[in-house]
Amino acid sequence: MNRPGQSRIAAAVFFCLACTASAQVTSERLVNSAKEPQNWMTYSGDYSGKRFSALDQINTANAPSLIPRWVYQLGSTGKMETSPLEVDGVLYATGPDDRAFALDARTGRPLWIYQRQLPGDIRPCCGRVNRGLAILGGKVFMGTLDAHVVAMDAKTGAVIWDVAAADYRTGNSFTVAPLAVKNLMIIGVSGGEYGIRGFIDAYDAATGQRKWRFYTVPGPGEPGHDTWQGESWKVGGAPAWNTGTYDPGSNLLYWPTGNPSPSNRGAGRAGDNLYSNCLLALDADTGKLKWYFQFTKHDEHDWDATQVPVMLDAGDKHLIVQANRNGFFYVLDRSTGKLISATEYGKQTWSDSKDTEGRPIAKKDASPTLTGHTVCPGALGSTNFLAPSYSPQTRTFYLTARDQCDIFSTAPQPYEPGHAFYGSAYFPSEEAEPYLGFLKGIDPATGEIKGKFQHTSPTWSGVLSTAGGLVFTGDAEGNFIAFDASNLKPLWHFQMGAAVYAPPIAFAIDGKEFVIIAAGSALYAFGLP
Amino acid sequence: MLKCWQAALFASISLAFSLQAFAQKNPLAGDPKAAKAGESEFRINCALCHGLGAKGGGRGPDLTRAVKKHTHTDADMFQVISNGIPGTAMPANGTNGQGVGMTEREIWQIIAYLRSQEVKASPASLGNTARGKELFYGDANCSMCHMVQGKGGRLGPDLTGVAGSRTREAIIDSVRNPSRRLAWGLTEATKEFPQEYETLTVVTADGKQIKGVTLNEDSFTVQIMDMSENLHLLEKDKLRSFQKTRESAMPKYTTDVLGDKDLHDVVAFLTSLEAK
Repeated sequence: MNRPGQSRIAAAVFFCLACTASAQVTSERLVNSAKEPQNWMTYSGDYSGKRFSALDQINTANAPSLIPRWVYQLGSTGKMETSPLEVDGVLYATGPDDRAFALDARTGRPLWIYQRQLPGDIRPCCGRVNRGLAILGGKVFMGTLDAHVVAMDAKTGAVIWDVAAADYRTGNSFTVAPLAVKNLMIIGVSGGEYGIRGFIDAYDAATGQRKWRFYTVPGPGEPGHDTWQGESWKVGGAPAWNTGTYDPGSNLLYWPTGNPSPSNRGAGRAGDNLYSNCLLALDADTGKLKWYFQFTKHDEHDWDATQVPVMLDAGDKHLIVQANRNGFFYVLDRSTGKLISATEYGKQTWSDSKDTEGRPIAKKDASPTLTGHTVCPGALGSTNFLAPSYSPQTRTFYLTARDQCDIFSTAPQPYEPGHAFYGSAYFPSEEAEPYLGFLKGIDPATGEIKGKFQHTSPTWSGVLSTAGGLVFTGDAEGNFIAFDASNLKPLWHFQMGAAVYAPPIAFAIDGKEFVIIAAGSALYAFGLP
Repeated sequence: MLKCWQAALFASISLAFSLQAFAQKNPLAGDPKAAKAGESEFRINCALCHGLGAKGGGRGPDLTRAVKKHTHTDADMFQVISNGIPGTAMPANGTNGQGVGMTEREIWQIIAYLRSQEVKASPASLGNTARGKELFYGDANCSMCHMVQGKGGRLGPDLTGVAGSRTREAIIDSVRNPSRRLAWGLTEATKEFPQEYETLTVVTADGKQIKGVTLNEDSFTVQIMDMSENLHLLEKDKLRSFQKTRESAMPKYTTDVLGDKDLHDVVAFLTSLEAK
């Protein structure tokens, strides 16, 4: 059935001679994903955000012999930021302009393709991108650039429900991969460049009915409202555009939030501007806030805290860690939100002191000025949405990092619905050193940089680590690279012909391990000969 | 295939549309409030290359000049800001992947701002064009490495259109301090940063030393043009040594090497190419 405004190619039947691709993804399977390392069922591979594969068939000994197994071309333009899912032999992914598709994961042959027909007047920030799907029951779920949440039949791509979450004309959109928890579909909004009022939503996966909404900018009478000057809360931003994590033991969602609006101008919004640039701990059933931690108060440099928070356990300590865009690596107690440590992992000049809790605080002269003021990191941050990875094997947190400073110069703008609302310009210093890009390995116990590999230029690729002693990432020059996780020495690389803006995943079919990554407008699958 | 009447209709609609575009005037022309708003939009969207005051930066031309290379009418400016200039670093609105892009009204605000900043008189020529040409191809040795209108070397950037994309001050600075801001070379469609004109010295497995300019590079390979314009396509792990520097291969033209008058003559020559 073709619905108005949508086109779809569906292969109703597909044959998989050696596997059965019919088992439904239950919430129990998602909680116990460690029992089926052959599948990759959530954005980060499991609820903890580790982006670690327990598969070890591809390892340090045989990685040099990796070969491409298939390539799937979307035939689109624009960046692919997708982190695919793979369940029982079927791979689900997204592409620019709200494409979604399912492939035979063994061969790359498509089963169905969904292409949303978007309104002509959407203006999403930073590319018409999407970072992936969630799966639960027999459905896959996608947030769209026109701020809808859509559930599709996982076998055909047919739309089962389609719910408008917010008005795209005022700058709301979805680019995030949703997270399936119990019977709910959790999703956070994008639009921090437009002066939206940010939120995190939970929808009944069966019906599309909204079960709760947490506004990331508190309204009148709510705790935190007094951290906003006057009416500034109404256009306060604090989007939630990257996928959070979930602790089934405590039933807490850990969801990160982005910059206050206007993103680069603090005048007019005096105060800490809660809950911008925070990690939020929310009750998954109700959306009630249990605790929050704000990384950058009253941000004027666009340092979203939307990096994936990763849950780690060290002895009896239940931790959550984040390599923040502001250049610091934070370790928190995930039961209480109490800060344990904050250590510098990249070049930064904005902070030279900490508050009584140990949180880095901004220098007085770090704000943008009319003539321009150089601050490190720049507006793109020491890292960004690029998914990190933690290997329990090496006890190392791996991430893509960049050293870049920018000149921040004020440029006041009035708020107008749906218009850009930055309030400041930023651009590289003419005299600056070239921007540097790295794969870094951090010891979460100490914050120490255990190893690093310098790319030719900064990359937007995420990172995967595996039990084969490997770390995978891509680069801006189009290489997909396998590193020895112990020392970050490259063991293998393949030139894909386009810059990488996506993270890798791993899965196995019939005992054969695959590693997948998007580059340009294609998905590449690699395996052993 | 289009039928005859469809083709005629299409042609007449296209003509009408292009005439309308040709006649398009800025609806915000002369509005000081629009120009003020346009200044902020300019700083956010354009100053990266064209400088905070629109007087040109290291990457983009001075837009306060009344005579511009690509744009004469408001409609031209609107078209260029909307769609970019193919083959140059000027991107189409909203396509650099980092920002939001501008609405039509915001583009008109920027045009109102730029019109308010224009300096009506063209700056007087500071040099002798004919002598500059002689120096370029002669004693100053510029053409050893730089091409102009198909004549010259390949090692450095082709300078035929340089005056359209750089200010006079930026050109002079590049001659006096070539390493301060390395020129951009190859730009790849999906890559964030263009390749810069970095200088490389490598020693191959058989002990041969190669010095040249980087045409392109990744973590595992490098593509070099050596000082004799030979191409070397190399794998880094097969090299004995690999040294990259941000010192430009271009010598620093101090006033001892090229006096101010001579330099102004060379710049006058390069600028004259833009006017043709």
